[in-house]
Amino acid sequence: MRWGWIALAAGLLLYPAVVTDPFYRDVGALVLLAAIGASAWNILGGYAGQISVGHAIFFGAGAYLPLLVYQQMQWPPLLGVPLGIAVSLAIALVIGFPTFRLQGHYFSMATIAVAELVRIVVGNWDFVGAAIGMMGPATPRGWWDLTFRSAVPYYYIFLAVLALLLVVTWQMQRTRLGYYLRAVRAGERAARSLGVPVRRYKLYALMLSAAFTSLAGSLYALKTGFVDPESGLGILVSVQMIITAALGGAGTLLGPLLGAVILVPLQTATNSWFGGGGTGLTYIIYGGIIVLIARFEPGGLLEIWHRHLAWRLARRARTRHAA
Amino acid sequence: MILLQVIVGGLLLGAVYALFSSGLTLIWGMMNFINFAHGEFVMLGMYAAFLVVTYLAGGPAAFGLAAALALFLLGVIIYFALIRHVMRGPMLAQILSTFGLALLLRYAAFWIFSPNFVTLPQTALNGSINLGGILLGVPQLVAGIVAAALTIGMHLLLTRTRVGSQLLAVAEDRSAAMLMGIRPDRMQALAWGLAAASAGIAGALMALSYPFSPSVGETFALTAFVVVTLGGFGSVPGALLAGLIIGLIQALSAYFFGPIYKDVIVYGLFVALLWLRPQGLLGTA
Repeated sequence: MRWGWIALAAGLLLYPAVVTDPFYRDVGALVLLAAIGASAWNILGGYAGQISVGHAIFFGAGAYLPLLVYQQMQWPPLLGVPLGIAVSLAIALVIGFPTFRLQGHYFSMATIAVAELVRIVVGNWDFVGAAIGMMGPATPRGWWDLTFRSAVPYYYIFLAVLALLLVVTWQMQRTRLGYYLRAVRAGERAARSLGVPVRRYKLYALMLSAAFTSLAGSLYALKTGFVDPESGLGILVSVQMIITAALGGAGTLLGPLLGAVILVPLQTATNSWFGGGGTGLTYIIYGGIIVLIARFEPGGLLEIWHRHLAWRLARRARTRHAA
Repeated sequence: MILLQVIVGGLLLGAVYALFSSGLTLIWGMMNFINFAHGEFVMLGMYAAFLVVTYLAGGPAAFGLAAALALFLLGVIIYFALIRHVMRGPMLAQILSTFGLALLLRYAAFWIFSPNFVTLPQTALNGSINLGGILLGVPQLVAGIVAAALTIGMHLLLTRTRVGSQLLAVAEDRSAAMLMGIRPDRMQALAWGLAAASAGIAGALMALSYPFSPSVGETFALTAFVVVTLGGFGSVPGALLAGLIIGLIQALSAYFFGPIYKDVIVYGLFVALLWLRPQGLLGTA
C-alpha cells in the first residue's frame, strides 16, 4: 500500500520531466485541474451524498474574480483568488441554508436552478463582461501575474493544490466531520436520530467543497486567461465535476483523480479526431458513461478494485486456513 | 388591450407547461423520483413533430399523436432498461441515471439535427383570430386549449378510472398493491409512458408556434421543476394551477422588464419558494 502511494507521487511529480511534448504536458495539467474540481465536488457529493448540480457557481466565482480585479483595477489576478473563495463561501451560506432542508432529488433540482439563475444574470451584466466574458493579462508584467507560456509551471501549481486537497480530504475522512457526513449519506433521519447535527455538518461540507471548487475555477482562469458565462458557469462545468468523480468512485479519496485520468484524455481525443463536432460527441459519450455507471456500478471504477482486493484477502485467508 | 393580450398569451403557454409538468409530478408522486431528462422528452416531442411534418407531410393531429406514441414507447423502454434497476439503489445512482440520459438525448439530437434552431413549416393551423380586440394566434390558442384539456384528462384518468386507482395504489403502498393483484412494474412502466407522452404532446404543441433546437430541453426541465415545486409534488391539479401562474408571470415579466428577465424572475421565485414554502401551494408539508 505504501509503495503504491510512493509510485503514484513519483509518477505525478516526474510526468513533465518524462513527457516533453508540450501538447501532452498540457493534457497532464488539465487532468490535474479536472481532478481538483472533481475532488472538491466529492466532499459534498461523494462523502456527504448531497448531489449538487450547481457547483459551476463556485467554479465561476473563482474564475471570474481574478480576471475581474485584473480588468477593472489592474491588480495581479492572484489577488482575486481569495476574493473568489470569499464570494463562494458567502454563496454557499445563502444556498445551503434553505436548500439543506431538502433532501435528495430536491437538493439537486434547487442547485441547478440557482446555477442557471446566476449564469443568466452574469451573462447580462456588463461590469463582469456580460456574454463576452473577461480576459487576463496577455503578456505578464512580472512572475506575480502567473502567466506562463509553458504548461509546466501550471502543472506543478495544480499538483500542489491537488495534494493539499487530498490531504484535507484524507484528514476529514478520519475525523468526526467525515464520520458524520457518511452517516448523513447513509440516511439523514437515522443520522439525526443519533444526534448528528445534520444541517450544520452539511453546511460545513458545502463550504469546504465550495472553497476548493472556487480555487479550481481560479486556477482554470489563471491558466486559460479567459472566462465567459458558458465556460465558467455553464451546466456542463458542473457535469464535468460530477461525472469525473462518479466514474472513478464518488466518496473515495482517489476516485476523482482516476476519473480525470480517464476522461480528460478521452475528451481531448474526441475533440482532436472529430474537430468542432467532437464537442457534441464528447457529451454523448459522457451521457452514456453516466448512465452505465448509474445502472451497473454506482460505486465507480474503484469499487471494482475494492471488490478484487476483498476477494484476494478472502482467498488468502482460505488458503492459510487450509494449510 | 395589449396587456390583456399578454395575459391571455401567458395563460395559454402556461397550460402547456402544466401538461408536461403533470408528467413530472406523476412520476414524483408515484416513485419519489425526479426525472432530469423530462425536458429532453419535450424536446424530442418537438423533433417528432418536425420529422412527421417534413417526411410524411402530416398535419397537427397526426404529429401530436405520433409524438405521444413515440414518447410513450420511449418512456416504457427507459423504465424497463434503466429506472427499474436504479430506483431503489443509492441516491447518486438515481440522480445520475436520468441526468446522464438527459445529456445523451440532448447531444444525440445535436448530432442528428445540428444545434441550429428550426421552425415547423406552415401547417393547417395558422393565422390569428380577433376575440373582442384581443389578437390571438390560432396555433397558441389550439395548443393552450388542447394542453389544458389533456391535463384535466390526466387528472380524471388518475382519480376516476380503474387504471388510475391501480396507479395510485402502487404509489401509496407497493407491497399492499401487489397483494391486491396489481403488478407494480407494469403500473410504474405505464406511469413513465404517460409522463413521457405528456411531455411529447406538449413539445409537439409548442412546436406549432415556437422555433426550437436540441438545447431547449434544459429550460423546460427547469420550468417543470418550478411548476411542480409550486404546485406541490405529486399533485396534477396543483401542476395545472402552478403552470398557469408561471406562464402568466413569464409573460408579464417579459412585457414589463424585457424578455431576458422572464427566466430570471421564475428561477428567483423558485429559490424564494424553497425558503418560504417548500411543500408548494396545494401540497402538505
